Formats: sequence, structure tokens, C-alpha cells
Amino acid sequence: MSDRILVGTRKGTFLVEKAGRRWNARLAGHPGVGVNFVVRDPWSGTLWAALGHGHWGAKLSRSTDEGATWEDAAQVRYPEGARYLAPPEPTEDGSESQLGPQLKDATLLKLWTLAFGPKHMYVGTIPGGLFVSEDGGESFALNRPLWDHESRGGDLFAGEGSGLTHWYGTPASDGEFAPGIHSILVDPNDAAHLYVAISTAGVLESKDGGATWHGRNRGMLMDYLPNPAADWGHDPHAIELCPGQPDHLWQQNHCGVFVSFDGAENWKKVSRPEQGVHFGFPVAVDAREGRTAWLVPGKADSQRTAIDGGLFVARTQDGGDSWEDLREGLPQENAFDVVYRHALGNDGDRLAFGSTTGNLYVSEDRGESWQTVANNLPPVYSVRFG
Amino acid sequence: MIRPVANVELTRHLFQFFPDLANRELVVEASTVADVVREMDRLAPGLAFYLCDERGRLRTHVNIFIGEGRVADRERLSDPVDASSRIFILQALSGG
Repeated sequence: MSDRILVGTRKGTFLVEKAGRRWNARLAGHPGVGVNFVVRDPWSGTLWAALGHGHWGAKLSRSTDEGATWEDAAQVRYPEGARYLAPPEPTEDGSESQLGPQLKDATLLKLWTLAFGPKHMYVGTIPGGLFVSEDGGESFALNRPLWDHESRGGDLFAGEGSGLTHWYGTPASDGEFAPGIHSILVDPNDAAHLYVAISTAGVLESKDGGATWHGRNRGMLMDYLPNPAADWGHDPHAIELCPGQPDHLWQQNHCGVFVSFDGAENWKKVSRPEQGVHFGFPVAVDAREGRTAWLVPGKADSQRTAIDGGLFVARTQDGGDSWEDLREGLPQENAFDVVYRHALGNDGDRLAFGSTTGNLYVSEDRGESWQTVANNLPPVYSVRFG
Repeated sequence: MIRPVANVELTRHLFQFFPDLANRELVVEASTVADVVREMDRLAPGLAFYLCDERGRLRTHVNIFIGEGRVADRERLSDPVDASSRIFILQALSGG
């Protein structure tokens, strides 16, 4: 288990390290800069940070000395000719504009997540780009089969495509309403087997290293759509798989908690709204036992706070048939924390999460009890052991 | 071709990311603002992508002034500069 936690916040990168029984947080880079995601490449040991400068755009940063110093890395850029069908902007009354999708030149709006295979580095972006590096992050190329996927209108480099897109936007784009890739999973048993999750479109799978992609949303339900079981239009908030049982995947979204035991071929809803297990953003899955997962539930997508003022972590150990709420050490009065999609991490028996209210908590006993690490951090965007 | 020379001043904010540019006179050969950005990127590799997006457009929250006048062409940065030009590269007052 790692004694270090990497924390991305709205105002910098923090390292949280164990000293004796305590975990101590310190600012370790990018002061004042939005840090969407910080993670260690398990193959090279390099630390990577996905930055969102308010004025200067999205930038990749890396550290090869354990976070002592950071430098700008090679940058992710959409190639000339990369266009996308931008979804209609939502109007003030919630209805869609009458204009339909608009063809736009793609420019990098946000670096949202990073993932690593033994020979590849992956970057998920807004608007909806999967960028791949085959040289350890020295250069990046847009994955064209996913960019040109039929679900988003086909090859718009070559022409006008079909004019139809099933990829909608996310407010996380910080401006333009555009789709985003927030989850990239690499099968630990097969580096050519990939999953991505998009807000808002759904989950896609590739079994050939990204050469072809297939929608994997069967069993997903969207209560807000005329056809809740439609192929596309889903808003998975995050997906995670069990490294020891990679065909066990989990996700949570606006309409519940979903699990798949067959490599995302079929999803099953396992929410327990009466226990508060329904709406939320992050999910963590045990490294060995794919039926064990943790969530930090929130109160309805219309409110997005802790439920009834009490913060808790929900755990299942039976594939979602039953849930426990774990509260020891977490605030049970006047808590309004919400935990973003990348802000819950786990490693062995340890879990950690951070909230938009700047609170950071660690558990060393699989969520049974929690220790407060910090209360006054900037809003927390990502929490990863490493 | 010998080009006119422009003096460039940067917001201090950028010295945080490009410390080698601090405390020095920045003079570049340029006949348009696009030239200024390109030449500044030669002095400080990566700077152009802080100022402009992949398509060469000035980022939404970045401003460039030529003397007291704000750059007119934010798409292609075609505004002319000459030897008397003082170029100011600033962040817009936005964010929080």
C-alpha cells in the first residue's frame, strides 16, 4: 500500500504523506492553478498533473523527482481538421436550442483524466478526445476511430458526416457545452482492452488497442429520457474496474448505481435510494474482489450535497445486493460536502476522498473508520494513491 | 527580409511559468502580432500555446495591446506592428 496520496485541487497539487499515524498534507506544486487530475505512471514512476489555467489554457505537467519540481510536458493539441458536432446549448428554461448540432473546430478545453498501460499513456479531454502517447508522454496523437465514431457523426475530417451526434455536453467543460472523456480503463490482463466513459454519451469498449470502439450501455437506464434504455445519452459519472477481476465494472450516475459482471456487456442497477445509495460521482472498486465497491452518495442531482447534513461512505461487499453506510470519523452535522468523480481513491485497505468544501479524509480499514487529514483545502478535484 | 522590431512587455503572471523571461528586455523582429507571438515562442518554447489555442486564436482571457490599442484581430493576429510598437501581453481580469 502506498504511503502517499496525490491530490488535485482548484488551487494546486497537494501531496499527503503518512508520518507515524498521521497523514500530513502539503502544497507540492502548481500554486493557484486548477489541477483536474494528478496520478503516478505506475510503469515509469513519473507524476503527471492535468492543469487548467484560468487564462492560459489546459496544460500537462510532470515531475520526475517525486513532486519536488514540476515542468510543462509535451502538450495535447487537437490536429488540424479535427471538428466535432457540438450539442445545442441548453437554454435557460432547460429546453434545447432549436438550432441542432453545430460543426465546430476542436480546441483543447480541458484535460480531464490520465491513464497508463505498459507501453501507452492515455489522456481524456473535453471536447471528447482520447489522446494516446506511445513514447512515454513525449508526444500525443488523437485516437481517430473514437473521434470519428458513428455515434458522434462519423468522420468530420473528411466531410460533413451524418450531421447527427449522440454525444452531448457536460457543464464540467467550464464554458462551452461539449462532451468529455473522464474515465479511461486499461485491462491489467490485456493492454489492448480499453474502456472509456463519456459525459454525456456512455461507455465504449475497444478490444483492439483503440482501432475499433463499441457502445457498452445495455442495461443502463436514464430516467430523464423518453426512452430510458436508449443506446446513447448516458452520463456515467465515472467507471472503475476491479484489477483482479477486470470483467467487474462499476459506475454511478444521475439515475443510480450500476454494476457489470461481464465486461460491460450488461449493466445492472443496484441502487438503494431508501439508504441514500443512488446519486453521486465517484466509485472505488476493491483490487481483488470485484463485488466490493465504495461510493460517497450525495443528495439528488438537483441538490448535490451530503445527505441530511451527514457525510458517509457506502460500501457493498456482495455486488450491490446490500449496502452499509460507514460514518465513523466523518461529520454528521452541517456537512454539505460533495465529492467529485475523481476524488475518491483506494489502495489495498486504504481509501481517501476529498470534497468541494476542502475536506480530506483517509480510512485505513476499508472504510470502517475515517481520519480527518485537512479541512481547509481548496475544492478537491482528484485523489489518487501513488 | 529585415523586419521592424517590437518591444514586448509581459504580465508578471507569465514569469511564474517562464522565469527566464523576467528582468530582461524583450525585443523581437515582427511585422504583425502573429510574428510577435511566434518569435516570443522561440525565446520561450511553449509560450505561444499559453497565449493562443491550437488554431492560433488568442485565448478568451488573454489580451494583447499595441501601445494603448487592443489587438483587433484575435483570430489571426494580423494587426501590424512597427519599430515604434510597444506590445503588452496581459491576462484579462477574469477568473477567481
